[in-house]
Amino acid sequence: MSDAVVWLTFFVLSVFVGTEVISKVSSTLHTPLMSGANAIHGIILLGAILVAGTAHSTTVLAIGLVAVFLATLNVVGGFVVTDRMLEMFRGHRRRQATEPAHEPAQSPPEPPR
Amino acid sequence: MTPTWAQVAYLVAAICFILALKGLSSPKTARSGNLLGAAGALLALVVVFFAEHLTHLALIVVAIVVGGVVGAVIARRVKMTQMPQLVALFNGVGGAAAALVALLDLHEAAGSGAAGVSRFHLVILGFTIFVGSVSFLGSMVTFAKLQELITTRPILFPGLPVVFGCSLAASAVLWGLLVANTSVLGGVVLALVGLLLGLWLVLPVGGADVPIVISLLNAFTGLAVAADGYVLGNTLLLVGGTLVGASGTFLTRLMASAMGRSLPNILFGAFRGGSTLGSTAMSDRPVRSAGPQDVAILLNYAHRVIVVPGYGLAVAQAQHTLRELVDVLSDRGAEVDYAIHPVAGRMPGHMNVLLAEANVPYEQLKEMDVINGDFKQADVVLVVGANDVVNPAARTTPGAPIYGMPILNAGDAKQVVFMKRSMRPGFAGIENELMFDPKTTLLFGDAKETMGKLLAAVKAM
Repeated sequence: MSDAVVWLTFFVLSVFVGTEVISKVSSTLHTPLMSGANAIHGIILLGAILVAGTAHSTTVLAIGLVAVFLATLNVVGGFVVTDRMLEMFRGHRRRQATEPAHEPAQSPPEPPR
Repeated sequence: MTPTWAQVAYLVAAICFILALKGLSSPKTARSGNLLGAAGALLALVVVFFAEHLTHLALIVVAIVVGGVVGAVIARRVKMTQMPQLVALFNGVGGAAAALVALLDLHEAAGSGAAGVSRFHLVILGFTIFVGSVSFLGSMVTFAKLQELITTRPILFPGLPVVFGCSLAASAVLWGLLVANTSVLGGVVLALVGLLLGLWLVLPVGGADVPIVISLLNAFTGLAVAADGYVLGNTLLLVGGTLVGASGTFLTRLMASAMGRSLPNILFGAFRGGSTLGSTAMSDRPVRSAGPQDVAILLNYAHRVIVVPGYGLAVAQAQHTLRELVDVLSDRGAEVDYAIHPVAGRMPGHMNVLLAEANVPYEQLKEMDVINGDFKQADVVLVVGANDVVNPAARTTPGAPIYGMPILNAGDAKQVVFMKRSMRPGFAGIENELMFDPKTTLLFGDAKETMGKLLAAVKAM
């Protein structure tokens, strides 16, 4: 099996996995899912590091470092902003779950309604 | 060559990414899924430093720290309402990074002479450079549209389809030349044409469709990253990028169908003679406007109230006051629900995030399909800062940019109250007939201020 075919196999299998794992997403989560996927492709950071770390000229190094910077922006910003979106959902569900059972105990930290 | 232990670590990171996507598609596991994805990225980042023989380590670490701090600060500080454009921005810089990495690899390949690299390698390089560039400038234009730095209406100029076609043909020729004759200059020119195509692709897209385009460009960046993975011989980039490319494409289709739109129609609809709707000339037509006191009376006597929240509500930060108003009405025995259009806000699910932030109970948020039958029984529908999602033009006017989009049946209610800042049309840039309907009342003013007055008036009754 030639090298390119091995890579093609990885590619095709990943396409199926990528489609399958999100096939049941509810429309409420479309935005966080898009944002999370956006953060995952920030893994291009690895590529940027590899290129910058093997640079032989100043120009290549400079452009490589720009790529490292942009990719870090993508990966860090992406995960943080997704987490902020999902924080809203979580705070909300926990209140819903605990409120009927422990209302008196929970009431002091609750924001005024 | 990457050592075996590092390959295994990359596999673990790839599994983290798969589980992250899986987690993100269910509300219960979404947050942990996202954190797992971040853990995978962190693992890979640590591994790359130990596994590969790298130089200029100090400079690279500095670039990472600066990028990380800037990214985290922007992501923490940005308002919830501005999240869609932030996603566009991050997607754009990712695309730019992918294109730059490919250009630098091309520089390497050109230096080592034609014998060193295979044709297929060059084909893939050309693909990454091109797609990464399209994604970069396309995302920047969507950013500008969402931030309203440029108009949200479709931008068209005569001959755009021709220019688009020529750019596409030029990029195909340049791609071929790049494969036949490895040159860095060829790669740069290909990148420039890619940038232009990104511009032509997104300019004609109307504001309401922009989120779908972001999702599509997100998939594009994923594919560019995957191609970089092949070029650099890194399995994690290939798998991670492909996962995003595949899930992003699928998600784009899901979003488009939630809006009742087809992707070709979104991208190229404006080419087929754009709509002439949205001329502001119609805005002089008479409407019935009222003060907070009048609306308070309406609400006070209503048994069934449905609130249709829109982006304008969130921009004015009036969602907390709205929740108070709904609480008061519910306490007085009225049945109040929020009708959430799938694309309320600026993106699918955006409004759920914004209302969750204001502590609105989850059970009051009703999805469109669930609540659309209830509008007939509603005494009052309160449309706050929304417009396009209740615009009957989506059903009645085939030329309208939102034609075919499912809408909320606000027009079925006995009374409709629009809270609006002005008669300015919605994000799609078109007139809303419902506002001129005899049963419609308009309450003008800043949503937060007016909502405050309305709340006070209702409480006083």
